[in-house]
Amino acid sequence: MAKISASVYTSHVPAIGAAIDLKKTGEAYWQPVFAGYEHSKQWMKDNTPDVIFLVFNDHATAFSLDMIPTFAIGTAAEFKPADEGWGPRPVPTVIGHPELASHIAQSVIQDDFDLTIVNRMDVDHGLTVPLSLMCGEPQAWPCPVIPFAVNVVQYPVPSGKRCFMLGQAIRKAVESFDQDLKVQIWGTGGMSHQLQGARAGLINREWDNAFLDRLIADPADLAQMPHIDYVREAGSEGIELVMWLIARGAMSDVAGGAAPTVEHRFYHVPASNTAVGHLILENN
Amino acid sequence: MALDKPYKDIPGTIIFDAEQSRKGYWLNQFCMSLMRAENRARFKADERAYLDEWAMTEEQKQAVLARDLNWCMRTGGNIYFLAKIGATDGLSFQQMAGSMTGMTEAEYRDMMVGGGRSAEGNRHLGEDGDAQPQHQPQGAAGKNKGA
Repeated sequence: MAKISASVYTSHVPAIGAAIDLKKTGEAYWQPVFAGYEHSKQWMKDNTPDVIFLVFNDHATAFSLDMIPTFAIGTAAEFKPADEGWGPRPVPTVIGHPELASHIAQSVIQDDFDLTIVNRMDVDHGLTVPLSLMCGEPQAWPCPVIPFAVNVVQYPVPSGKRCFMLGQAIRKAVESFDQDLKVQIWGTGGMSHQLQGARAGLINREWDNAFLDRLIADPADLAQMPHIDYVREAGSEGIELVMWLIARGAMSDVAGGAAPTVEHRFYHVPASNTAVGHLILENN
Repeated sequence: MALDKPYKDIPGTIIFDAEQSRKGYWLNQFCMSLMRAENRARFKADERAYLDEWAMTEEQKQAVLARDLNWCMRTGGNIYFLAKIGATDGLSFQQMAGSMTGMTEAEYRDMMVGGGRSAEGNRHLGEDGDAQPQHQPQGAAGKNKGA
């Protein structure tokens, strides 16, 4: 039986990817960001899963305004790094896990979540930056990855409550898969940031840290928070944080198990326009 | 009954909802076309001619030619789509975001390094924070206003 071993939460700022690709990680500006992931890279080596279920959002890359799926699961055998306008990132092709992805799609749809199934999709910085932060610069990613794209570009995005419930359905789906696989679920994006208008550059350190506290200790309560609070307090793009609730909903304690262990917690301002937040929670 | 849109009272912020998306469909699809190198080259060679291939409004075309991202957004643009124009021009996300505040690139970068913009006074229209309409443009441009 497959099981979820841990969840990882991280920002996916595109400038972080550029800093890695352009060998700028040692610069004074970037050094504190990457220092916060040193422990995580070692942890990944020591706890490499069989599959990563990676929740991210597409930033007008694979999905134009022609189609805007709220929840889209990647069931392909591989996913190429996208050219977002600056050329594709020089990172490995993402190898999928079509068998588990299809199984999860079938289970979760039968659990009343109407997923869009995607068999062809290039993946942008939303997916590749977290992999780079957690895995460094390998020739190949350490395991297959199931991309799970959430619409957080066109409002309304799915509610925190809906995301949290979806996480629970994903956990159920993973645990009904016959192979013995260790699966990590990652929630990415955020934390506070706004990329538009006169309010661009908004950061809310206090709110972000309260979000981390509540995500760890009382995610069911956090999931009740309405969209408007995210936008007002954490900026128009801070709304990406609803994706973290999908990963959190998939943890065992939500289904009555023991509370997870906080393996790592990190917070730093800024990376470009954004507050960087990062957590690793291990299932017990 | 009208839909509840509580985000309309946040200063300096346009939420890209279904209404904005409908208005901005061709503007944003034009932006998507810039993800292909050959289209970037054609756009750069003759911006006006390239824009005329799209069913955009004249105002949207003017906003793009002016590289005024706030104007683009008012006419239905979304920042992730508009970023393709910035990429074509060789700009980073930080340069694009900063351009919408009136601050210089250095001023905006310094604000971010200093911990970013505070939410204080910037949650609701009518407060007195730096993102409020009465305080635009920001940075030296605002201080020199009317001088």
